[in-house]
Amino acid sequence: MSFVSVTDVWQSYGDRSILERVNVEVDEGEFISIVGASGCGKSTFLRMLLAEETPVRGEIRIDGGEPASEPNRERGVVFQRYSVFPHLTVRNNILAGEGFATRWGRLRGAARRAGLERADAMLARIGLNHVADQYPASLSGGMQQRLAIGQAMAAKPRVLLLDEPFGALDPGTRIAMHEFLMELKAETGMTVFMVTHDLEEGFKLGDRVLVFDKPRWDPHDPGAYGATITYDFDARDGGIPFQHLKEAEDV
Amino acid sequence: MRHINRKPDRSTGVFLAALPFVLVVIAYAVGSEMRLSVNPQDKLLPAPSTIWDTAVRLFTQGDRRTGDILLWKDTWASLTRLLGGVGIAAAISLSLGMLIGLFPYARKTFAGFVAVLSMVPPLALLPILFIVFGLGELSKVVLIVIGITPIMTRDLAQRVLDIPHEQIVKAQTLGASSGVIALRVALPQILPRLISNIRLSLGSAWLFLIAAEAVASDVGLGYRIFLVRRYLAMDVILTYVIWITLLAFLIDWALKTLSRKSFPWMEAGL
Ligand SMILES: Nc1ncnc2c1ncn2[C@@H]1O[C@H](COP(=O)(O)OP(=O)(O)OP(=O)(O)O)[C@@H](O)[C@H]1O
Ligand SMILES: [Mg+2]
Repeated sequence: MSFVSVTDVWQSYGDRSILERVNVEVDEGEFISIVGASGCGKSTFLRMLLAEETPVRGEIRIDGGEPASEPNRERGVVFQRYSVFPHLTVRNNILAGEGFATRWGRLRGAARRAGLERADAMLARIGLNHVADQYPASLSGGMQQRLAIGQAMAAKPRVLLLDEPFGALDPGTRIAMHEFLMELKAETGMTVFMVTHDLEEGFKLGDRVLVFDKPRWDPHDPGAYGATITYDFDARDGGIPFQHLKEAEDV
Repeated sequence: MRHINRKPDRSTGVFLAALPFVLVVIAYAVGSEMRLSVNPQDKLLPAPSTIWDTAVRLFTQGDRRTGDILLWKDTWASLTRLLGGVGIAAAISLSLGMLIGLFPYARKTFAGFVAVLSMVPPLALLPILFIVFGLGELSKVVLIVIGITPIMTRDLAQRVLDIPHEQIVKAQTLGASSGVIALRVALPQILPRLISNIRLSLGSAWLFLIAAEAVASDVGLGYRIFLVRRYLAMDVILTYVIWITLLAFLIDWALKTLSRKSFPWMEAGL
């Protein structure tokens, strides 16, 4: 039984078909990169994984549970922008990852002290402890995205969804963020879905790379058919599969 | 250099800012001087010195019969009504604006209603208010509330809707309930807007207050102005007008300072 199972998912807006017959099985701890042309429905797919939208047909289950009807703590998310709360300090943004789930949205007393300790540990982990008391607007783009990832991780989601998280960063910062994300994933073994426009990034980070594209195309009505997963690459070992099998034979 | 790129230095800036005020005072002094030289009994443009003497008398000397200083009584009465009305309007518009902005059911129910309400000219309702609520304090406060609440509500609701959807989704993935999203995500981001809304609405609030006081009252800044109008007491009227302007300015300044002090994150950006 796979961890995330997407079964025959369709999505359309009005009479425009966006996605059709999307099937994919993902094991726990896999890192899935998602690539595809602009507007082909990658973000839509992510929104359905997030349960922000429900598919018109088919279903998405996590660990065999019932399909969710709204976002919850099982699924963490980082968007390209606007993922952190501008009115909270960096430390309180991390703390929100635990506090927002309480009745009044805030930890108190001993729970708060323990939460603060964990928040500071997380800040040290994502390298933001020197700006803990600043507000997000005064951070650089890369720091804001690191904060967003740290905040999502503080809630300990089972699946982390990233929609072009590094899309707005310069190449140097991107590479630093890749390393950061790979470390984090190695530590936590979390299942990750990441939409990216950068194929190289997709192959570098992902265990698998899913390509979304339209298999059918009606020249008279471009909205008639939706996109689906046309390729499912094994991206481990630099995208060259069966290496280990061969080595095993040689030995 | 293009004119849009030419900026005054500091001292020129101060000079330019003061210039219109100085010009108005000079123009008034000259006009007053000209009229008084023709007719020393002229009441229309009293000499600045006369206004000053009147102001000192109004602020310090008690009424002959009761001993109360009327100006302070008027100020107290008017400010109570004004701040009461604005406070109630702020509380209503904040709650309603949050409801409309966050909850689709509330939005469907109230958005159209509030939009229509904001089209009703409040002063036209004044007679109805006097009939329903009597001539006392209540009708004046209600006029201010009715006058500014709908527009404030619409603006606040729009501001809640303007919060990036990503933030609302993010809060849900952190396990926040509707209430927590309202309290911890929407409210703090809307409060600065509430204050700037109040600052903008204060002008209308003064208008409604003075109108209501002019029509039916026995104390208040607006009442006094319209009372002494009968005696053409321009010196009193001008003193009151300047005093009201000063009060409005001080309230605005206090709100601006409060906003800057309370919401440091607003200015965190570079
Ligand atoms: N709520 C919506 N209502 C109607 N149409 C929508 C909605 N959301 C997305 N679409 C349409 O669905 C299509 C897919 O959008 P989506 O954002 O999923 O694309 P994407 O693959 O993420 O593109 P990009 O790479 O540019 O981010 C687009 O044509 C978009 O216009
Ligand atoms: Mg997208």
